[in-house]
Amino acid sequence: MTSLSDVANAVAPRVPGTRALGTGLEARGIHAWFGKHHALENVSLDFAPGTVTALIGPSGCGKSTFIRTLNRMHEFIPSAAMAGEVLLDGKDVYAPGTDVTKIRLQIGMVFQKPNPFPSMTIGENVLSGLKLAQLKVENKDDLLEECLERAGLWKEVKDRLGAHGGSLSGGQQQRLCIARALAVKPQVLLMDEPCSALDPGSTLRIEETIRQLSETMTIVIVTHNMQQAARVSDYTAFFLSDGGPGQMIEVAPTTEIFSRPKDKRTEDYVTGRFG
Amino acid sequence: MSTVPVPREITTQPRRSDRVFRRIVTAGGLSSLFILSLITIFLAYRGYEVLRQEGFRFITSSDWSITTDDAGNVVESHFGLAAMLVGTILCALIAVTIALPISIASALFLNFYAPGWMKKFLVAVVDMMAAFPSILFGIWGFLVLMPSAEYWAKLLHHYFGFIPLFQLQPYVVTRSPFVAGVVLAIMIIPIITSVSREVFSQAPLDRIQAAYALGATRWGMIKAVVLPYGRSGVIGGAMLGLGRAMGETVAVFTVLNIVFQVNWHMLLGVGGNVASLIILKFGDASPYEIKALMAAGLVLFLLTLAVNAIADVIVKKTGKSGR
Repeated sequence: MTSLSDVANAVAPRVPGTRALGTGLEARGIHAWFGKHHALENVSLDFAPGTVTALIGPSGCGKSTFIRTLNRMHEFIPSAAMAGEVLLDGKDVYAPGTDVTKIRLQIGMVFQKPNPFPSMTIGENVLSGLKLAQLKVENKDDLLEECLERAGLWKEVKDRLGAHGGSLSGGQQQRLCIARALAVKPQVLLMDEPCSALDPGSTLRIEETIRQLSETMTIVIVTHNMQQAARVSDYTAFFLSDGGPGQMIEVAPTTEIFSRPKDKRTEDYVTGRFG
Repeated sequence: MSTVPVPREITTQPRRSDRVFRRIVTAGGLSSLFILSLITIFLAYRGYEVLRQEGFRFITSSDWSITTDDAGNVVESHFGLAAMLVGTILCALIAVTIALPISIASALFLNFYAPGWMKKFLVAVVDMMAAFPSILFGIWGFLVLMPSAEYWAKLLHHYFGFIPLFQLQPYVVTRSPFVAGVVLAIMIIPIITSVSREVFSQAPLDRIQAAYALGATRWGMIKAVVLPYGRSGVIGGAMLGLGRAMGETVAVFTVLNIVFQVNWHMLLGVGGNVASLIILKFGDASPYEIKALMAAGLVLFLLTLAVNAIADVIVKKTGKSGR
């Protein structure tokens, strides 16, 4: 007997952006504005649990704006506005009466520039999210070790957890920020060009970290580095602005985007003809 | 084997415009030091005679009397500042204790809670308050605030009377250091608020966003990022306020009963501060008493300097800086 889901799969293959998942994170018809400037136009994209999706495209195409709408960081910019829906497990994160702090606990974020809290030690930095959100854990030491281990930083800092976060190198600080984001156990981790300020060695470590994390969580990563997108992601979405608002041109499994892009503009970009 | 070279001396020939500008800013930078030294020398020179006469008693005893014969020669004189010094410190501390939490709260409100139009309006109001003449604060404090402050003083005495600071014996609540402290607090709120608002507004955006992205509430973000970052600046603002409170003359003069008696009981209507003593006595002082007042000025100046130095040490000691 043919089930409904088989029919759905036949019509729409399991590719992000094409089908409601009901679980994970789904963006529906996202528009974003800064004042009168229309920055992002009608982006719909789904992120299945356990996948890594890379957002690529030239500067100013709205990739960062897009991921900042996903965990409601967009609204911190004065005059910023948005339309559309972001569904987390089927619930709109912009619905009236939503506790935005809970949304951000479930959808963590790592920023372009490492931003550990300088007044806190390495250990305090990792556990700072728990304190900020007033969460209780049974065994802080275990959690601390687990998060630093998953972020690939444990071996380097286990003997100096009491040192200040600012005493680490840039790459270590960024992994500290990843560990900090992991400590509150998010379902989704958004990464906004996490390696753009880092050296190749640190970049490699973070990419390994991303691969490991993707076994247990959904990851969305904005990157300017197409090799990085090819190395870490399962799906790649190409964003572009032709002078007007940014749009999503194409989304597909990463191997397809880089080998057989459907859109001419995607092909031009991934083959390095512009951008 | 090669020999290790001697490090070269690195020099540069500055351009003329740079040299001129350098001189201008150097002159500007040193001018405050120069003026301050002149004033110190002036005070020390004018007050020297009295300081030598009274010795250490000048700051440990509390009587202020001068007897002259018919020809105007000084027969006997006693000058002691202890009561005024205690009053200065007590009033200023009361003022900062009251003003600091209010200022921090209002600076946080202005930066992180107030809507844009209200922020602009309130910042203007606070700045205006800073420029408000102190005599008006004094008169307002005397006519309006004092009756209410007496009521609060009675409450404090009633509930906290077992703490020596709040004891009231005899029961005289009018014109107490507490009332003066409240008036001073209102006077220094604008400056502490201004300084705090400025440092809070410089808290780095990336860390603010980091805190929010971790699911922090606004208050959680402020606790984790803004307060650690702004702490030393806020303490600096409080020191400016403390300095102003210690040197304030007219408002204290209007409110306080200037009595030469050491009084640590803040609710008791006995007090005074050094600056108000100077204004009280200056008008009809004999030449010798003027010298005593100059010496008092010098002591006040040194006290302010000492308090600032201590505060500086405290800031550096606790300085696990949030920057």
